Amino acid sequence: MGKVKKLSEDSLQVSAIKNGTVLDHIPADQLFNVIQILGLNKNCSNRLTFGTNMESRQMGKKAIIKIEDRFFKPSEINKIALVAPDAKLNTIKEFKVVEKKVIKVPKEIVGIAKCMNPMCITNHQPIRTRFTTSYENDHLSLVCHYCEKATDIKNIKISEESAL
Amino acid sequence: MPKSLISISDFTKEEMLHILDVAAEFEKNKSQTFLQGKVVACLFFEPSTRTRLSFETAANRLGARVIGFSDVANTSVSKGETLKDTIKMVSNYVDLIVMRHPLEGAARYASEVASVPVINAGDGANQHPTQTMLDLYTIKQTQGKLENMEVNMVGDLKYGRTVHSLIQALSYFSPKFVFTAPKELMMPQEYKNFLAERKIPFTETADLMEHINTADILYMTRVQQERFTDPIEYENVKNCYKLSADMLTGCKKNMRILHPLPRVGEIAQDVDETPFAYYFRQAGNGMYVRMAIISYLLGYR
Repeated sequence: MGKVKKLSEDSLQVSAIKNGTVLDHIPADQLFNVIQILGLNKNCSNRLTFGTNMESRQMGKKAIIKIEDRFFKPSEINKIALVAPDAKLNTIKEFKVVEKKVIKVPKEIVGIAKCMNPMCITNHQPIRTRFTTSYENDHLSLVCHYCEKATDIKNIKISEESAL
Repeated sequence: MPKSLISISDFTKEEMLHILDVAAEFEKNKSQTFLQGKVVACLFFEPSTRTRLSFETAANRLGARVIGFSDVANTSVSKGETLKDTIKMVSNYVDLIVMRHPLEGAARYASEVASVPVINAGDGANQHPTQTMLDLYTIKQTQGKLENMEVNMVGDLKYGRTVHSLIQALSYFSPKFVFTAPKELMMPQEYKNFLAERKIPFTETADLMEHINTADILYMTRVQQERFTDPIEYENVKNCYKLSADMLTGCKKNMRILHPLPRVGEIAQDVDETPFAYYFRQAGNGMYVRMAIISYLLGYR
């Protein structure tokens, strides 16, 4: 009896889609950053459902996004690695998961993030930011192509303009 | 995109050694006017005396003509023209651009929009690669080689861009470093990581006398007021080191003192008279090295 109730709660939380993409295991507080990075807040005619502060055994709270009839290239989806490095990407066809992908941190990030150095030229002139990603002690940081300073992933600010 | 010099890491070890050889050639014969008919722009968005005059003299000695500005007050920049537009416009007129800008990354950006080579003459606290090349030239001139030097860097190792770039450049030549700084101005972790990855030994101290007698090069720096955001922090450290002649009695004979200049209080006047003082010769080397870099980027050497 309890099990049935649990299922119906789940189905309320995340209604199934026929064809499209499900992004799961997004940190709860990063939902809107992910939406912005993927450009889903602009010119998106696909049916989109999203939720946050959902219960997750792994993460405590998580966010989830479902987009109907939209499939992402790795180069597009890897951009969310900045804010959701552990997100899972499920490709859905005819209600079935046909492919599961993990996010990979790209070597270079163009646009998306702001440089945290206040003296960096990109914070004073209309210039699209460019970063190379670097790992130091399992910790991701972005090295600015222009001012050569590292921005810690914890201090990342997503720029207003989406790169997509 | 033409080859530019923005960051010292834009040059390979071979290119650095080539520039040093060419600079030595210019030191022997400083009037070689093979750039007659060329025009060099010196765009100084931030004031500078030494660097600007040295670049302008270098271009003139090579026979090139120089245009530019040394202050943005009388230019379109003060009307709000973007850096991109200024550089695009100047690119149409000249064969090479030398630029200094107060913002970090400005020169890299300029090199991406320019159709001619760009030389970075300083972008805020970031890079000043021609200073690094003249430091290398001076080390080689005083020691006869670049390999296996013990280089003791003193003063502001946190904000001082010259020491950061010099570490990168010397990393090809099996150096040993001593970093002498008060704890507020110690070498940032990213440069210590850079050295650790390359297995280059370094030690840190706050005491100038501790390693002074084993140094081959004593690289003094000024604590730059303009880099501090907190005036109290500046007051606490501004007079942290003062090198005087009596401190040099136990030094190695070959030891030479370098300083990117201008100095304020960190080297006493009586040091100037010792055989160890080399900072004025060092500044003079800037012209030969800049002649070499201009000639190289324009494809003449």
